[in-house]
Amino acid sequence: MTVKETMTEQKTITFIISRQDELNSESYTEEFKIPYRPNMNVISALMEIRRNPYNARGEKTTPISWDMGCLEEVCGACSMVINGKPRQSCTALIDQLEQPIRLEPMKTFPVVRDLQVDRSRMFDSLKKVKAWIPIDGTYDLGPGPRMPEKKRQWAYELSKCMTCGVCLEACPNVNSKSDFIGPAPLSQVRLFNAHPTGAMNKSERLESIMGDGGLASCGNSQNCVQACPKGIPLTTSIAALNRDTSFQMFRGFFGSDKEA
Amino acid sequence: MAENREFYLRRLHSLVGVIPVGIFLIQHLVVNHFATRGEQAFNDASHFMESLPFRLFLEIFIIFVPLYFHAIYGVYIAFTAKNNARRYGTFRNWMFILQRFTGIFTLIFVTWHIWETRIQAALGAEVNFHMMESILADPFMLAFYIAGVISTVFHFANGLWSFFVTWGITVSPRSQLISTYVTMIVFIALSIVGIQAIFAFV
Repeated sequence: MTVKETMTEQKTITFIISRQDELNSESYTEEFKIPYRPNMNVISALMEIRRNPYNARGEKTTPISWDMGCLEEVCGACSMVINGKPRQSCTALIDQLEQPIRLEPMKTFPVVRDLQVDRSRMFDSLKKVKAWIPIDGTYDLGPGPRMPEKKRQWAYELSKCMTCGVCLEACPNVNSKSDFIGPAPLSQVRLFNAHPTGAMNKSERLESIMGDGGLASCGNSQNCVQACPKGIPLTTSIAALNRDTSFQMFRGFFGSDKEA
Repeated sequence: MAENREFYLRRLHSLVGVIPVGIFLIQHLVVNHFATRGEQAFNDASHFMESLPFRLFLEIFIIFVPLYFHAIYGVYIAFTAKNNARRYGTFRNWMFILQRFTGIFTLIFVTWHIWETRIQAALGAEVNFHMMESILADPFMLAFYIAGVISTVFHFANGLWSFFVTWGITVSPRSQLISTYVTMIVFIALSIVGIQAIFAFV
């Protein structure tokens, strides 16, 4: 092979992409070959297909549909299953992926189109577990209680959750046969209960995750903590909530003036 | 089923798996072990157990009701999972799958075992060393009993691990890791006790 030949030969990247036209339609795969450029990620490759929507057989096709937002792994919107693992496509660098690169939507969620999914259920779960601190009122309540620095540090780790859905996709107990809300909203209960002002509504949040599809549906496969792109100690959160709900259960049944 | 029962059912499922069913399992394996001391020792021990006062009451409320609640609710739990070891081949994910698989297998084994011994006893057969000797003379049944005992003991030991997590006893990753070692020692120790008893009949 001469130097001239290598110069003219285009290096390509092969994609096998799972596609689906609409919510309940059949999914199918389509192969794409796109020219390689240095420092590409999955999103820039998808943009290349959008620019030139021809599949590997040279047939014109529709551009791929996917979600994205921040492009720096903090918004969680661009999650998809890449070579079998759910992760964010913005930080999936082409140079680090084995080819052909297989892209699939996170099928734990309803597929809107192609790689785009509807993560509404996660936001509904956050409402269900009251993942906020109610401080609104008609007058200034003054400064709240102080938070110990040590606690603030571990609580900060929990606050990194971007509702990306990867832990739900990884969990064997989140599926169409179960109504389990999944690890992400559970860990948010621990976060808001850890906050000194949030702790005033601790029992309400605990009661909410003691409902159907709540904490008890966890089967301890511990995939979530392996899968979480932000390294959130999800299984520690779940075990900590198991302890809190044990006490909550006893307080509820036998009665207690503590944290009514 | 009424709403919001799941939490309490799951907690009850976890509790009865250890108390009384797990405790009964240990007691059963220990009494079986008398077989290693000879036919007479086993027959004396089994006669002592079957002549306990309030036997039927004890059997119903300490064994059958908790055991079959745990088993039937456990089948429901096992079939609501969608196993994914191909995607996540981690140790804990395999234990998750094994816990469900051994749960189903243990239910089949225990039900067959109860039919072959306790139900036959109710129908007039005598449960003694000779009965087990003739059951285990069949190589297929011997293999089935060995697999059954290992499966039951694994399900108990690994279930003990998740019992500690479920009740919020082991929260930190380190305590969960040490609990893994301890429960796996329980698995090996009880397996030895169980298998030694089986081979005493062969």
